[in-house]
Amino acid sequence: MVEWTDFERSTIESIFSKMDYEDVGPAALCRCLVVYPWTQRYFGNFGNLYNAAAIMSNKMVAQHGITVLHGMDRAVKNMDNIKATYAELSVLHSEKLHVDPDNFKLLGDILTIVVAARMGTDFTAEVQAAFQKFLAIVISSLGRQYH
Amino acid sequence: MTLSAKDKAAVKGFMAKMKSRSEEIGTETLSRMLVVYPQTKSYFAHWKDLSPGSGPVKEHGIIFINGVYEAAEKIDDLKNGLLTLSELHAFMLRVDPVNFKIFIHCMLVVLSMLFPEDFTPQVHLAVDKFLAQVALALSEKYR
Repeated sequence: MVEWTDFERSTIESIFSKMDYEDVGPAALCRCLVVYPWTQRYFGNFGNLYNAAAIMSNKMVAQHGITVLHGMDRAVKNMDNIKATYAELSVLHSEKLHVDPDNFKLLGDILTIVVAARMGTDFTAEVQAAFQKFLAIVISSLGRQYH
Repeated sequence: MTLSAKDKAAVKGFMAKMKSRSEEIGTETLSRMLVVYPQTKSYFAHWKDLSPGSGPVKEHGIIFINGVYEAAEKIDDLKNGLLTLSELHAFMLRVDPVNFKIFIHCMLVVLSMLFPEDFTPQVHLAVDKFLAQVALALSEKYR
């Protein structure tokens, strides 16, 4: 069972309630595909990913970034039981999408960096710690059903 | 994952922008690392004050960032250029290299916060590659 302090809970809820999903989602996924090009292996049918400019203007990537970010809503709404909440999504990523779970950490790091850019100095060390704790649990839960 | 000419140019260009806020970057990176990854405090147990922005943290933050600038000057041969620093980390400080990645992540977060417009995905890629090479060069003398 994960223990959340009041600060951590309110910080996570605040970050996601203030987030512009249409901005952060695409920015995070694009940045991930540019900074860690091997992650492009999961997007073979997304069209042109040949260079940074192509990735950043790719509409399918942008749309998928929004989808992935909304996927985190479930965790935000069920912070006390993220593991169970994500059981189905974990099976999906393992059995159907065949995503190497190490990639979850890569996207998590990128998301931290994008959120930091949007929040500026509001993204204090304590806020970063809470956000990374949340992401670590999401990542662990998504990797749970792999075998 | 060698640095291309384009990578080197992107790194040098961004470092020039960083120089205007060196102290801030150094202090913030180190402060943040100590808070977000408390296990890193074990290397600084001899400091009087480990709180964010304290005297020792500020002083040391500047030392770290100057190390990064020094590495950028030697970008064409990091392994040989950073031999002395590698010996320091290997034989004296004995910092577990896993912490280099932690430090790098904190630095990238701070750069993203302070330079939201300039820290584009392409610059992020180049700086990440560069810092990974620096970490590798620092690990050279470990064993």
